Amino acid sequence: MRFDLQTLRALLAGDRHADRVVPPTGFTAQLTVFASGAMAFLAVFALALSLASGRLAETWGDELARTATIRIVAPEDQRAIQTTAALEVLSTTPGIASARALTDAEQQALLAPWFGQDLPLDTLPVPRLIEIVAADQGFDATGLRLRLAAEVPGAVLDDHVRWREPLVSAANRLRLLGWTAALLILGAVAAMVTLAANAALAANAQVVAVLRLVGATDGYIAQAFVRRFTLRAFAGSAVGVIIGLTAVWFMPSGGDTPGFLTGIGFQGIGWLVPLLLPFISALVALLATAYAAGRALRTLT
Amino acid sequence: MIDLENVAYSYGGGELLSDISVKLAPGSFHFLTGPSGAGKTTLLKLCYGALLPTAGHVRLFEADVRTLERDDIAMIRRKVGVVHQDVQFLDHLPVRDNVALPLTVSGRHAEAAGDDLGELMAWVGLTNRADALPPELSGGERQRAALARAVIMSPEVVLADEPTGNVDWEMSQRLLKLLVELNRMGKTVLIATHDLSLIRAAKAQVQARVLRISNRRVQLAGADL
Repeated sequence: MRFDLQTLRALLAGDRHADRVVPPTGFTAQLTVFASGAMAFLAVFALALSLASGRLAETWGDELARTATIRIVAPEDQRAIQTTAALEVLSTTPGIASARALTDAEQQALLAPWFGQDLPLDTLPVPRLIEIVAADQGFDATGLRLRLAAEVPGAVLDDHVRWREPLVSAANRLRLLGWTAALLILGAVAAMVTLAANAALAANAQVVAVLRLVGATDGYIAQAFVRRFTLRAFAGSAVGVIIGLTAVWFMPSGGDTPGFLTGIGFQGIGWLVPLLLPFISALVALLATAYAAGRALRTLT
Repeated sequence: MIDLENVAYSYGGGELLSDISVKLAPGSFHFLTGPSGAGKTTLLKLCYGALLPTAGHVRLFEADVRTLERDDIAMIRRKVGVVHQDVQFLDHLPVRDNVALPLTVSGRHAEAAGDDLGELMAWVGLTNRADALPPELSGGERQRAALARAVIMSPEVVLADEPTGNVDWEMSQRLLKLLVELNRMGKTVLIATHDLSLIRAAKAQVQARVLRISNRRVQLAGADL
């Protein structure tokens, strides 16, 4: 079956008479519609996972890349002096938007999950923490480390790279897995439609023989099957997407508490992405049926 | 129109037809006879491109069938009406739509044929069976519906393979009359049959050449037929 503008137009417009030459085959029709619907439903979740992972990777990447921490590990009598010195260094470091030392209360709050609320902070050698927010262009961490080593011996710069990178990498990997799952699902749709189209063509060998006898071209015969399977895949997929989107819509939200599982879903224009699935499924079905029909018609006599 | 030159056809290691040379001139009427299994159906299929010769040349409307693409052969079949003994229809469509099928596949529709389709149905005596489904038809009705389907495109050639094989004498005479009428309209007709009484009945109405397949070869039959 050749693909050109005329063929595509004929496929979209349809031909009431041509459509009727292939008898309605209940089983393959239901199979195609159901499988397309189920696959689209799964693809919606794969997309939701992928898009959520993408957002998470961006969030972690952006937010953590713009923050850093300095620990002042010094004897108690030196801690305040070195904190001031470190803040001084930071105030003259290009690319730093703001820097401030955490208060005792804030540090206590950070340690509370491990030591409880009543931790006597002043009796423990807890290092003073300085929170740094980088400007958009970022700062030179290596240069800052060298200056701190020279001027504030008790300061240790942690730019979060060590634990940010694996997290961002994991989120990116998850996003890739989501897209891979979506592609595999489309591949499964193609395989299923190919099998169903082959079954339909084999079951309609007599129809093919009659059509050939009266002068039907292979393109005409293939088109009758291609159009039917394309429409079925589109319809099934559309239903699957609607159900999938409804399920995603009703997934519990984490409210203000950020979390990965509670963040699975679509945001903004992301809701439009699954709406492409019926069209992609239809395109996949069109190509798969055209391939199957082309092969089958070459072997059917 | 249809020209077979030194054609041979082999299948499964055995040669079914050998050194066949037949020319179907425009407006001619031919019978092809011979015992069952002699290769009548094979020869007929060679005449409309359903089979390709293993040797020799088959020219359909001046084109060597070997040089034709599949779509070209489909186009040629629109110029050749074929009626088989075991007629096949699209069983889910009414007789009217089955008869109009050649129009449908060529992009013209039964509505466009309008009165022509009605006249054709009347010509084969199936006006009152137009809305029936093919499985509801008798053997004779199926043959007449197949003949109507074969001629709706006004083909230049009509090939009929044992068209009277499944019908009684009266119906076979009726079918023969229709085929003779087609020949008088200028169509080339080739009928494969082992029914010698049909051939004799036809020769009383039309000038027909009788070809006999014997020992894989075609010979012109003598006056005994």
